[in-house]
Amino acid sequence: MAYPYVHEKEVQIVSRGWGKPRTRTIDGWRELDGYVGFRKALEMGRAAVIEEVKKSGLRGRGGAGFPTGLKWSFMPKEKRGPHYLCCNADESEPGTFKDRELLRWTPHQLVEGCLIGALAIQADHVYIYCRGEFFEANQVLARAVEEAYAAGLAGANILGSGVSIDVTVHQGAGAYICGEETALMSSLEGRRGLPRVKPPFPAAVGAFGRPTTINNVETLCAIPHIVRNGGEWYRQWGTEKSPGTKLFCVSGHVRRPGNYELPLGFPMNELIYDVCGGFEEGRKLKAVIPGGASVPILSADECLACCLDYEGVQKSGSMLGCASVIVMDDRTNIVKQVRRMVEFFAHESCGQCTPCREGTTWLSRILRRIEGGKGTEEDLETLLALGTQMTATTICVLSDSAAVPVASSIQKFRDDYLALIRRGEAVGVV
Amino acid sequence: MSESATKPMVTATLDGRTVTVPKGTTILQAAETVGVWVPHYCYHPGLSSPAQCRLCLVEVQGAPKLAPSCVTELQEGQVVHTESPKAKEMRQGVLEFYLANHPLDCPVCDQSGECKLQDYVHAEGRVHGRSREPKRGFGRDDYGRDVLFYGDRCGRCTRCVRFMDEVAKDPRLTVVERGNRSVIDTFFEEGLQGSAFAGNIVDICPVGALVSKDFLHKARAWDLDHSPSVCPNCSQGCNIDLHVRDDVVQRLRPRANLEVNHHWMCDYGRHRYEWMNRQDRIEVPVVGSSADGVALEWGLALRQVADRLANAPQPVMAVASASSSNEDLGALAHLVRALGGGEIVFRSERAEKEIPLPGFPTLTRRYDLVPNRMGAEILGMTRVGKDDGTGGLEGWAAHRGTLLVLGDELRDVGVDFGPSAGLYVYLGSYPTPAASSAHAVLPVTTFAEGEGTFANVEGRVQRFWPGVRPPGLARPAWLVLAALVERLGGAAVPESAEAAFLRVAELAPELQGLTYEAIGTQGALLNEPVALPGSRS
Ligand SMILES: Cc1cc2nc3c(=O)[nH]c(=O)nc-3n(C[C@H](O)[C@H](O)[C@H](O)COP(=O)(O)O)c2cc1C
Ligand code: SF4
Ligand code: SF4
Ligand code: SF4
Ligand code: FES
Repeated sequence: MAYPYVHEKEVQIVSRGWGKPRTRTIDGWRELDGYVGFRKALEMGRAAVIEEVKKSGLRGRGGAGFPTGLKWSFMPKEKRGPHYLCCNADESEPGTFKDRELLRWTPHQLVEGCLIGALAIQADHVYIYCRGEFFEANQVLARAVEEAYAAGLAGANILGSGVSIDVTVHQGAGAYICGEETALMSSLEGRRGLPRVKPPFPAAVGAFGRPTTINNVETLCAIPHIVRNGGEWYRQWGTEKSPGTKLFCVSGHVRRPGNYELPLGFPMNELIYDVCGGFEEGRKLKAVIPGGASVPILSADECLACCLDYEGVQKSGSMLGCASVIVMDDRTNIVKQVRRMVEFFAHESCGQCTPCREGTTWLSRILRRIEGGKGTEEDLETLLALGTQMTATTICVLSDSAAVPVASSIQKFRDDYLALIRRGEAVGVV
Repeated sequence: MSESATKPMVTATLDGRTVTVPKGTTILQAAETVGVWVPHYCYHPGLSSPAQCRLCLVEVQGAPKLAPSCVTELQEGQVVHTESPKAKEMRQGVLEFYLANHPLDCPVCDQSGECKLQDYVHAEGRVHGRSREPKRGFGRDDYGRDVLFYGDRCGRCTRCVRFMDEVAKDPRLTVVERGNRSVIDTFFEEGLQGSAFAGNIVDICPVGALVSKDFLHKARAWDLDHSPSVCPNCSQGCNIDLHVRDDVVQRLRPRANLEVNHHWMCDYGRHRYEWMNRQDRIEVPVVGSSADGVALEWGLALRQVADRLANAPQPVMAVASASSSNEDLGALAHLVRALGGGEIVFRSERAEKEIPLPGFPTLTRRYDLVPNRMGAEILGMTRVGKDDGTGGLEGWAAHRGTLLVLGDELRDVGVDFGPSAGLYVYLGSYPTPAASSAHAVLPVTTFAEGEGTFANVEGRVQRFWPGVRPPGLARPAWLVLAALVERLGGAAVPESAEAAFLRVAELAPELQGLTYEAIGTQGALLNEPVALPGSRS
């Protein structure tokens, strides 16, 4: 595990320097070639930076895996007013804990990535929207930004280049939905964190009504390395369509849960049994959620051949998402796990869209009833139908996300549901 | 339409019909132009569209997802299906979600009968709901002023919040909490106190979540007749409907007119309707002084009054009312002219300040708290008295000629009015001590009972229709006055209010060329080049 120890199969790019307090300082970061990439970017100019990022094939690490270079190229070339870069540091997806480590160990890596990103999209201002509960990360990050200003790396006329970029750390107030990019912008503007209808897309009308790009912390952390070493260099890891390395947040019933930076395309089996040390004596794999709570659950069989890259996981019937691998052994009550995830979504739904507001709660109530031994087989059909009604009908995909674990678990673990329904007895509802 | 000349148009196919609309028109609005009504909650033509209720989803051929028609602009060549199985299934789904926590207390809900949830569910909801779960409850809250909130019925469409934000520009409502716990609420205890336009949120609430205290449990929606009318409480002339049951006006509701009041009206005007239901009425013509007056049928009464008017003592002076229609005022002016001419005055109340609706300042509660000051003035009548609507008649006690009164109750003057007049004819709706010296008291209808027009502050002539049956022998003033003119050898009695209106134009060139048809339901400006019939809508 990258911190406090490293597994031999890891490739440390963004996790280099974790665990060493010195990396948090500007000097410590410079000792790891920090800000070399940014200086290079200033010399290359914005178009060449975007080209290099496109060449690297880097895909957004926030969940959707959208190519970062392409996303940057959507920003208007001609500037008619301020542009903004938002760094999405609101990390709250259940099972995800990679951005927090990036923030608290390598804040300058993020600041550097933000500065390069801002340069590429001609942003005047970077807002790092940091999850409010990350108290330590917020402090560490604020200090790093101060240091960058003091070193002339941020602010007006950076290093005499004529380029000016401000960086502000904004502390969130505790809502998962503010990680959705348009809700993030609303929240940043001081409104309720409500997702907005797209179009217009943020590259046209974003924060404060101006062209804006939103990137995940891990995405931006990879940027300095790509710019410093070149896009081709990044492609030595990963697959053709999913190049580079990725942080895998492994949680659940493995012996060594934690963050592991591995090349994309890494076999899931190897991750579970080798890197994470497998299960306790006598336990075996039951299911894996490979990409955070909003992706379909995989059965043990499906995991066997699964390769952890965007295409590989999709082929196995799920999505890589933000690579939050939740591993469950044969002790797991799947219905309870699904119910807890759905309750999370019900709690976090912003409540604008009727299918999401009503649907998430309804699903969780049915699941609770089934778990309590009062379910019927008809309930399963209702769950599936409600899931369909909640999919592709709302402003953002939180609604779809809540339906996903329900539908996939009924499909793959129907027996777990039926056992509860037929036995008619409650299992500890917590 | 001149629009087509300036704006690029798009043509598309909607439910098999060809539609051509200006570029930028949403699918929902385009559908309305060909009579296709897509269900919607959060969309309201007077507010921004958050596209959050998800009820207006339609299928756009070739698109991966259903589109919210309230914000999706119609594109050239698009093929849209509002009734495809996919669209209907999803709408049915959304409706099912609405019902999951809805109390279904229609039997005691004021909205019942005019509720969009009822309508949509009846039209295309599931026959049986699938929810077996307990419902969430919020209870009832008093928002202040006339507004009660029944949280359990609320569909979280945020129309009310957006009205207060965008139109009243007085953000007193908000959504608190999120997800299924989200609920509309006021800030602190003040609630809606101090808002002059909050009544509108009751109108635009698509369900029974916001209801009027004044109207609470007073009438069922299906028992109400709706008559198009014009608010008589200030010179803005907001377009309204009178909602009437058993000849009693139960409430006023704004009627859309984008050039006068959009979809709104002010609370001041909305809550001043009780006078329309006054039961103390003059119901029969009485001729003779108060001591020996005799109730007569109209034919006899008119003959006797006309006989006396034939030798009307001079000079002739008249008090009119700016709450009377152009038809009534015109007929009065005609009579005065038939008697050889004379001064006509009116008194009217004026407020100390105007109350504009900030998000649509065209709608302002005006200084003049009467609907037809403009009409009275273009007919040459003079405003006298104070801003509380009293005074101005001080010299009249000694008047020895002929006195005519139309509509003014003369409460401030009382029995002292007209004792020395040679002839005093009072036309009004309500008994008043000021009529005690009258030689004839003739019962006329109120504006709620008749048909006619007012001219508002900007010179827009607007029609109103009868909503209530008149009591006893009360008749429209224009009819009574015209009958007197005819008996005095003047023109024959007009056959209708419209004919009476056309005759007013003889006295006021500003009205020339206007017809009831041209005025329609949306009004026409004075001296406006008259548009072709029907094209104003
Ligand atoms: C409900 C919801 C929550 C999200 N939360 C996060 C989050 O916490 N962090 C994040 O980076 N992206 C999150 N996303 C994805 C963002 O909307 C966005 O796609 C992402 O930040 C883009 O960054 P990338 O292109 O670098 O991946 C969320 C999306 C949804 C729908
Ligand atoms: S889908 Fe859910 S979370 Fe997303 S905007 Fe709609 S109600 Fe809010
Ligand atoms: S109270 Fe009425 S108008 Fe307001 S959000 Fe609820 S349903 Fe909509
Ligand atoms: S502004 Fe005037 S006309 Fe309009 S509702 Fe108020 S009182 Fe009536
Ligand atoms: S009317 Fe379109 S989403 Fe509500």
